[in-house]
Amino acid sequence: MARPIPAPPVTVETEPFWNAARERRLVVPTCSACGKAHWYPRAVCPFCGAEKIEWRAASGVGTIYSFSVMRRAKEPYAIGYATLAEGPTMLTNIVDCDFDALHVGQPVRVAFAETENGPPVPMFRPG
Amino acid sequence: MTIKGKAYIAGAYEHPTRHAPDKSVAQLHAEVALGALADAGLARDDVDGFFCAGDAPGPGPASMAEYLNLTKLRHVDSTELGGTSYVALAGHAAAAIALGKCDVALITLAGRPRSEGVATGTTPRLRDPNQPEAAFEFPYGLTTANGYAMCAMRHMHQYGTTSEQLAWIKVAASHHAQHNPNAMLPEVVTVADVVNSPLIADPLHRLDCCVISDGGGALVVVRPEIAKRLRRPAVKIIGAGETVKHLSAGTFDLTISGAARSGPAAFAEAGVVPADIKYVSIYDSFTITVLIQLEDLGFCAKGAGGKFVADGNLISGVGRLPFNTDGGGLCNNHPANRGGMTKVIEAVRQLRGEAHPAVQVKNCDLALAQGTGMQLGTRHCSATLIMERE
Repeated sequence: MARPIPAPPVTVETEPFWNAARERRLVVPTCSACGKAHWYPRAVCPFCGAEKIEWRAASGVGTIYSFSVMRRAKEPYAIGYATLAEGPTMLTNIVDCDFDALHVGQPVRVAFAETENGPPVPMFRPG
Repeated sequence: MTIKGKAYIAGAYEHPTRHAPDKSVAQLHAEVALGALADAGLARDDVDGFFCAGDAPGPGPASMAEYLNLTKLRHVDSTELGGTSYVALAGHAAAAIALGKCDVALITLAGRPRSEGVATGTTPRLRDPNQPEAAFEFPYGLTTANGYAMCAMRHMHQYGTTSEQLAWIKVAASHHAQHNPNAMLPEVVTVADVVNSPLIADPLHRLDCCVISDGGGALVVVRPEIAKRLRRPAVKIIGAGETVKHLSAGTFDLTISGAARSGPAAFAEAGVVPADIKYVSIYDSFTITVLIQLEDLGFCAKGAGGKFVADGNLISGVGRLPFNTDGGGLCNNHPANRGGMTKVIEAVRQLRGEAHPAVQVKNCDLALAQGTGMQLGTRHCSATLIMERE
């Protein structure tokens, strides 16, 4: 990984997400009251307001909703939105890819990346 | 209850500087405040309402109220909506005046990102670790440029918009900037110049991005009785709207901005439709920002923005919808990385008939200013203001 990835600022609210990430598991916060998955993770369901969030294992597959290759950086990198099979669309990086072959709708799969002194963060690679 | 016709913009002033290493931010605020008051023909002691946003040094309005030595204040508002704050604050000032909370409202903006060497658009920044989304955005290198770029990429995918069509927005701005002696980039550019400039964040090129400038601007909004005894042409505020648009918990459409909500609210209050508008100031942090807002305001159908802006349609005297006749943020000025103030100021110039003769819109009696603050690609604030010449 060329670009050093800064550690995510973990809070007490999102600790379960990051504990799973340390085990290289992508979990998607899902409300057990209304059944809806959401992103970014929070303790209060943004759809029904219940504080009954379950951290459900995600399939780890999705498609690129949009992306941009940051050319004006020491090491160019691809930022993108991936729409998960579980529904929500999340911000991420697309890694291990040919920048010039990236396209909207492309299937991607989760790949955790190490950060500087923090838990790994979910990124995605083509496939 | 409406603000329609309850308040007038009596003073407007844009600082001529684009590079101010020799001035402090507070000093710039003071210079634009005094400039706008002089333009209106009012004095500092007439001011009883003070409005500012996140660029004002110190917490809220307190430090600047003291620096300016405003001693008659009975209403203050420091609503922070990013770069569009001043479009919204003009509406807030009209509302406060309508409610009798103040008679003379001063709105200021100033900053010096150019002197301070802020790598504004291309450096990821962690603003506040308590922002609930911070952990899910900061590690990925989200910057101003690549956030807006993802909106452009999605718009291209969904509607077939091209880089050449986006380039026309910059070309139009440059045609206007050539007549502005204070513009940072007064050279006329072509579509080829834009699409051949280096890629910053795909698909946005260097010339799709706005300038980084020092400077500022200010407005004075007054009650009708005061406007009538002042010497300046009267610019009446007739409609305002504002909103926040965000990622809706992971279910969003990046091709739609908050203008889709703030625009219709402002049009409804003003009692006019897009076809009535003679001139528009549209926030132009990037070319894509303009295209998406024009669609959302109803100047063309969603997805038809590329065709709408092409072939000079935004150039004054050439196209159907003259925009940003000062050269906008793309070519003229983006003081403090906040373009909302200059959007309102150029609309006021147009309505007064005081724009540069080469870009002045004939019989300009109805104008709209539209701003998008913060990040179009995640969460942003939108404000729309409609003004009429009497």
